[in-house]
Amino acid sequence: MTSSETTYKIRNNQSVPLDRIPTYDYSEFRVLMIDLLKNGENHCVNYFAYQCNNRLQFIACVASDSKAIIHLLAHEMDLSATVALQSLTADIPALHLFEREIHENFGIAFTAHPWLKPVRFAHNRKNKTAINDYPFYSIKSEELHEVGVGPIHAGIIEPGHFRFICNGENVLHLEIQLGWQHRGIEELFVQKKKILERSTLAENIAGDTCIGHSTAFVNLWEGLCNYVPDESLEFARTIASELERIAIHTGDLSAICADIAYQLGNAVFGRLRTPIVNFFQEWGGNRLAKGLIRAGKINYPFTPELATRLLEILKVYEIDFDEISAKLFNLPSALNRMENIGEISPKEAYIIGTVGMVARTSGLNRDIRSSHPYNLYQKMDHQPIIKQTGDVHARAELRVDEIKQSIAYLRQLLNKVPASKQPEDHQFVSPANSFAISLTEGWRGEICHCAITDDKGELLAYKIKDPSHHNWMALAQVVRKNEISDFPICNKSFNLSYCGHDL
Amino acid sequence: MMTVIGIILTLILSVLFPGIIAITKAKVSGRKPPFILQPLFDILRLFRKTTIYSTTTSFIFQLAPLVYFASVVIALLFIPFFGDTGVFSFEGDFVFFAYLLAFGKFFMIIGAMDTGSSFEGMGANREAFYSLLVEPAYFLLMGSLALLSNYISFAGLFSALHFNTDLAYLVIPVSVYVFLFITMIENSRMPVDDPKTHLELTMVHEVMVLDNSAFDLALIHIAGWLKFVIYGTLIANFLINGQESTLIKSLEFVGINILFAVLIGVVESFRARNKLAKNPQWIIMLSALAIIVFITTLIITSKLILN
Repeated sequence: MTSSETTYKIRNNQSVPLDRIPTYDYSEFRVLMIDLLKNGENHCVNYFAYQCNNRLQFIACVASDSKAIIHLLAHEMDLSATVALQSLTADIPALHLFEREIHENFGIAFTAHPWLKPVRFAHNRKNKTAINDYPFYSIKSEELHEVGVGPIHAGIIEPGHFRFICNGENVLHLEIQLGWQHRGIEELFVQKKKILERSTLAENIAGDTCIGHSTAFVNLWEGLCNYVPDESLEFARTIASELERIAIHTGDLSAICADIAYQLGNAVFGRLRTPIVNFFQEWGGNRLAKGLIRAGKINYPFTPELATRLLEILKVYEIDFDEISAKLFNLPSALNRMENIGEISPKEAYIIGTVGMVARTSGLNRDIRSSHPYNLYQKMDHQPIIKQTGDVHARAELRVDEIKQSIAYLRQLLNKVPASKQPEDHQFVSPANSFAISLTEGWRGEICHCAITDDKGELLAYKIKDPSHHNWMALAQVVRKNEISDFPICNKSFNLSYCGHDL
Repeated sequence: MMTVIGIILTLILSVLFPGIIAITKAKVSGRKPPFILQPLFDILRLFRKTTIYSTTTSFIFQLAPLVYFASVVIALLFIPFFGDTGVFSFEGDFVFFAYLLAFGKFFMIIGAMDTGSSFEGMGANREAFYSLLVEPAYFLLMGSLALLSNYISFAGLFSALHFNTDLAYLVIPVSVYVFLFITMIENSRMPVDDPKTHLELTMVHEVMVLDNSAFDLALIHIAGWLKFVIYGTLIANFLINGQESTLIKSLEFVGINILFAVLIGVVESFRARNKLAKNPQWIIMLSALAIIVFITTLIITSKLILN
């Protein structure tokens, strides 16, 4: 019996009746999961539990990086049962946060979990006291000292606590305590019944990935309700997704320059981000593209005039962008700050289960646009850009290359602007007892949304997974053996989301 | 006469100095520059605020900014002004000058340690380390000048330097270069430290004064400005010939200091900061240059005979 026959296989943005997902005993499930994930081409995109009629249902979604299929498998247990589950983390470390989350939400005990720590401020969870006394890792030594940073920071960023154990200027260990931004957004998805409310929620999962998350939500909802979006909708979503990538990557490059104190780069990249976000304003009335992506319609159709305008903006953008990128990557003092700093090897990146930019800079070919294409990526032959060195330099260079690639895609797409219909509300009817999954590649990496409906077709559970979920652990690891003064530049090169993790 | 004018000009220049740097940095990166006196307005705002002391600090922390400020003001009075002596001048005053500044810095460092904050400890540790490394460069250079001129006071050193023009061509460029970067290190500017950053973990000087507020912080800032002009004046001393008229000397003095500020602005705009671990190596490079000057001087003055 191989794992390929024992799981239900689903494609991106499809839905499946819940009873088609094979349910196993935990011991069998565990063996199957290890079997699936020991295969280097698979990684777990979501593993969660939800409550249904006094039973806990667990669903794992394992995506293949080469074939466009997602394996689904499940196990269940009685809510009142006090059995402890044998943790998968020891075998598959990438699952550590999924298990920690299940442990925190439902009080399920996992035996032999090496890092069973609180995930969030658990005000709506089973264990409400966990975060109050966070069990930080510590080393008893006269020579070492601890540096605690945050949760309030000097810059205008989100809250998160970083606890360093240092030997002089060198970091031995970093522990990142998150959870300060927990809003209970998954619960809100279930509570809020209107599609407009849910779209707005999706836009605010992580403010910097507005398009990424709202596209994941609308694709999921349309897939669940068997609505086939027309080309103009897919066109707008693809354009918006690539524009968001350009805007945020440019802003990140500016911030990286600020952290290495390269003022010219900071000023020029900072200025270049503005015309891109201003184009969102012209298009949909909001610089962060809020209100742009809606299920079954688009309130701000993309017109040929906007296409002409965007091409002009990109032309002007590209000249300055090429010049300043060439300067940055040929400046010895800047290269000195970026090369061999915050390195993560392909092996580590794989074990941690990194996704998105972090994976691609460490030689892992993980890009949903090519492996599980959605919207117009299905018609484009997207080739992910892969870097091997896994250091700050690679992550900065990847951003430059991805911006260039996005500009090329935009030019190709803007050749032919499909005609849009008048926006009108579609009455979505979600099927009963179904499961749907949607994967999108936001600028940061893979975003996964899952929805489960009950026997009336109402939403029973909604699960969100931001790429930051996987990548925070990578950040904690890369800082080791680096100087503490290089932490900010490592952090900036990852640019992970706090609220995307905290939900 | 020149001393009085010099001190007045120094005070005026020190107020303009940070403004000129800010304007230069804004101009070259295509931003709208601030008003030249903006840093002064910021200081006046600080003076109006109430100083806040952490409950874990002792009197050392309150004393440190005052001692630091006083040490810099007194050091200013030792600076010679182009042929004229400073307010205070005696044999070996350049040694006293160096340790006066070090004394002020020492108080800032123990003040920072007094807070018990891991950030401030980190900053104090870095600042002490860099000051320690930069000291040989200063003394080797001043020692060479002393050998060359047979004087051991600031005023003597500099006036003798300009009588001996042949040697001046050799010593002046290297000395100016070394002093330029001693200034950058002593004032925690690029490429050793980034004064603009908000990131505590990468700071050197800024993180050391993280707990200082209001009046104390204003004093620390003003002392920083004064230090810029003190070093700017020392550099000007290498370049200005004491024989010229007071008016020309004053104009040259102002010109050199403005040029110096612009230069700092330009350096800070077009390069990234050093990696922190590379800083010691970079600072020792200055001492290496000073050693070259020193050995050359030994040979010229026939104290070291090479066969």
